[in-house]
This record gives sequence, C-alpha cells and structure tokens, in this order.
Amino acid sequence: MRGIHDLGGLPAGPVDQAEHEHGYWEKRIDGIRLLLADKKRRLITVDEMRRGIESLGKDVYDKLSYYECWTASVTGVMLEKGVITTDELGRKMAEVEERDKARFEGG
Amino acid sequence: MSQHTHDHGHDHRHPPQPDIDSEPMGYYQIMGAALGELLIEKGVITADELRATIELIDSKSPEGGAKVVARAWTDREYKKRLLENGNATVDELGIEMPDTHLVVVENTDTVHNVIVCTLCSCYPRMLLGLPPDWYKAHAYRSRVVHEPRAVLGEFGTELPDDTEIRVHDSTADMRYLVLPRRPDGTEDMSEKELVELVTRDCMIGVTLPKAL
Repeated sequence: MRGIHDLGGLPAGPVDQAEHEHGYWEKRIDGIRLLLADKKRRLITVDEMRRGIESLGKDVYDKLSYYECWTASVTGVMLEKGVITTDELGRKMAEVEERDKARFEGG
Repeated sequence: MSQHTHDHGHDHRHPPQPDIDSEPMGYYQIMGAALGELLIEKGVITADELRATIELIDSKSPEGGAKVVARAWTDREYKKRLLENGNATVDELGIEMPDTHLVVVENTDTVHNVIVCTLCSCYPRMLLGLPPDWYKAHAYRSRVVHEPRAVLGEFGTELPDDTEIRVHDSTADMRYLVLPRRPDGTEDMSEKELVELVTRDCMIGVTLPKAL
C-alpha cells in the first residue's frame, strides 16, 4: 500500500509558487530537531523523524502545515523515548497558552 | 515566545509583529513552544544552543550554492572535482555537508536536470538555505516526476523537445544540486559577477540562469 507521504506520480493541480517568510516558531522546531539529532544528544534520527510524520494519518498529514507536522513528530518521538512525559507536556502547553492569551487581555 | 518570558525591568510593549503577534498561537505553535521550554528546563538543550542553531539556519542561503556554481563555470578543474566528489569540493569553499552525500548533476546542451524529494522535503540546505514552500508541497512532489515539462512550463521554462529531462529524487542520505549551463554572453564576466546570475531556482532546475 502506498504511504501517505509517497506522492510521486500522483495527479495534482498546478504548483502554487507563493512563498512565505519562515516564522520564528518554524525555525524554532527546526532548531530543536537539529539539536536533538546532533552528536552530543542523538535523541532523534532522520528516520525516526520521518516515521513520526508518515504515521500521522492521512487526514492530519494533508491538513497540517509543514512545520506543524514536524512539531507533532518531534514531540511524539520525545514522548515515546520518555525525554518528556504527557503530563509535563500538557501542563506546559496550558501554561504557554495562558501566557499567550494574556497578551490579548487588558489592552 | 521568549519576548514574553523575559523580564524587561521596565514597562513597555513590544512593537507588534504581523502574523505572529496579531493572532493567538495555534495548537502546534503552543506545542513547539512547550517542547522547547521543557527541553531547556530539563537541560537537554540550552537556550543559547537553540539561539545559535536558529542563527545557523538563518545564515544559509542560495548564495552558497551560487558561489559553487560560479566557481565551476570559471575553473575547469574545480568543476571536474565537483562532479566527481560533491562534498569535498563544496567544502573547499567552506560549505560543510557532513551528514549527507552530495551529487552535483550538470546541465548540458542535451540534458536538463531537476531535483525533487517525492517522499518529503530533502534539499541541499547547506547550499541553498530552507526550501521554498512549493518544493515541499504535494503538487510539485507528485507531478514533477511524471510530467516535468508541464511543471517547468509553469515556472516559465521551455526546453527544446529533444532535450532529455532527468528528475532526481533526493533521499534522507543523498542530496542533489543542479549545475546549470553558463548563459551565452557571459564570457567576459568575472566569477563574482557570475554569482549574481545564479538563482536558487536554477540550482533546483526549474529555471535557467539568464545573462542580465
């Protein structure tokens, strides 16, 4: 069976040539991935990273942007390896979200 | 994110950054921020290392590849080495590609080369910087392998009917760079001037370099 990522030769529409400047959050997950993969840490390989993306499921894979897929994959591999726990991640995400919301409150 | 965690010691508001500050963070942006903070808190990575890595990402651009191409156009021996051993030869210009095998493919009057990564987004980042959005998008990855002429046409590139088009599918371990043909009418140009003619897209192979 063809994997969700295996796109070569499939029919598709015109190539959309619009480009965007990479945002900080995109370069941050790229930077995190590079550090986790370096010789000092060796906590993720390219193959693990790809397996994480390719196992997202077609709906998710088609819907998420490029660096959203990366974020899901790198985070998933760190959870699998016990580098972080789901508890810690959930708490920290709530904290980040609260902080972000605070930007829009009180003028 | 960091701007909201550090202590200013004074009360001011940052100038808004469009597209970043004007909307609440998305779910995966929150996840990425949380992951980064957790890894720093646990001492897996440091904030300094992360900053330095992002600076390194920012420092890579198509200018690196353009220098390699211009050198190959002006130095026959360099070009010979480049086609035989990509990694060692770009290293001569200070571009290190330690983890992947680099294959440089040369355009000639009968052969035109294009690169893609059908399975993901493998790209010679050390030579070209981050890939453009379309390189990573479904349409390019799906179509360029079976109808390269149509895709090149969308980029405004028309090749003679008898030109052979070779599409190179990159892998996690192997990256390609297209060595375009030196445009006619550039015989008197210096290597430095030639660098200006070499664009990212002509090193991907979707366009041709043009004499200015």
